[in-house]
Amino acid sequence: MGIQLDIQGRVMVATLEGELDHHQAERLRPQLDTAFENSPCKHLVLDMGEVSFMDSSGIGMIIGRYKNAEKRGGQLTLACMNSSLAKLFEFSGLQKIVHSTATVSDAIAKMEGGK
Amino acid sequence: MNNQLKIEMAALAENVSLARVVATAFIAPLDPSVGEISDIKTAVSEAVTNAIIHGYGGNTGTVALDLFNNGREITIVISDEGVGIEDIASAREPLFTTKPDMERSGLGFTVMESFMDSVHVISTPGGGTRVTMHKKLGEHSKNE
Ligand SMILES: Nc1ncnc2c1ncn2[C@@H]1O[C@H](COP(=O)(O)OP(=O)(O)OP(=O)(O)O)[C@@H](O)[C@H]1O
Ligand SMILES: [Mg+2]
Repeated sequence: MGIQLDIQGRVMVATLEGELDHHQAERLRPQLDTAFENSPCKHLVLDMGEVSFMDSSGIGMIIGRYKNAEKRGGQLTLACMNSSLAKLFEFSGLQKIVHSTATVSDAIAKMEGGK
Repeated sequence: MNNQLKIEMAALAENVSLARVVATAFIAPLDPSVGEISDIKTAVSEAVTNAIIHGYGGNTGTVALDLFNNGREITIVISDEGVGIEDIASAREPLFTTKPDMERSGLGFTVMESFMDSVHVISTPGGGTRVTMHKKLGEHSKNE
């Protein structure tokens, strides 16, 4: 699973690629956390456009990153989920606490609006 | 057409993706819909992940994946010889997890139950766990 990071002001955009299961969540978690902690960012956007699969391990990973952003007074937004990811996202009840948007720029706009 | 396939894998996190690929390939000749493929892949991923992280908890072991089909009726059995489950009814409750510290949210069984037609769990503390899932594929064409 690949990860690409981009900082836009106070928003960190992490583009994930591949299958977000237990194995990949374990690999991703430290990379994402180190980068986020060492950045000036408080908001995190996960660009899920190239994520082809996710299970409950992915949901757990997302909840953990949501908590990290919250600790910094920020928010987490998921962008570009395909329909099977969206199904699991809604099923998990996560959509009540985590925003999701159709595009990355919508996500950034949403978070910068909240500063 | 009835078919059957059994694979055994080492209890390694890397092998969960392999289990998903095998299950997807097994059902492919039945022309499942995109949604059905995704549901089955997710359910297999949940059960195999549980066997590895809960059943064996990082210790070595073997996870078996048994696939059967009777026409469009799919049966999937995932078994381990790990620690087993003390209280199956609680384990199946939504949001129940014994590993909250590992960022687990207790959704695995709930996902299996809602994405498959039925889920049956047999477990013996100290003996292992066997999860049997069924799903009947719809009679539609692939592109529907
Ligand atoms: N194969 C297994 N062997 C031993 N215990 C298991 C097994 N499968 C599940 N369990 C137990 O059942 C509980 C619930 O499993 P479930 O998959 O619903 O949630 P989880 O794995 O804890 O979290 P998530 O699936 O959301 O990451 C687990 O926390 C574990 O205690
Ligand atoms: Mg689980």
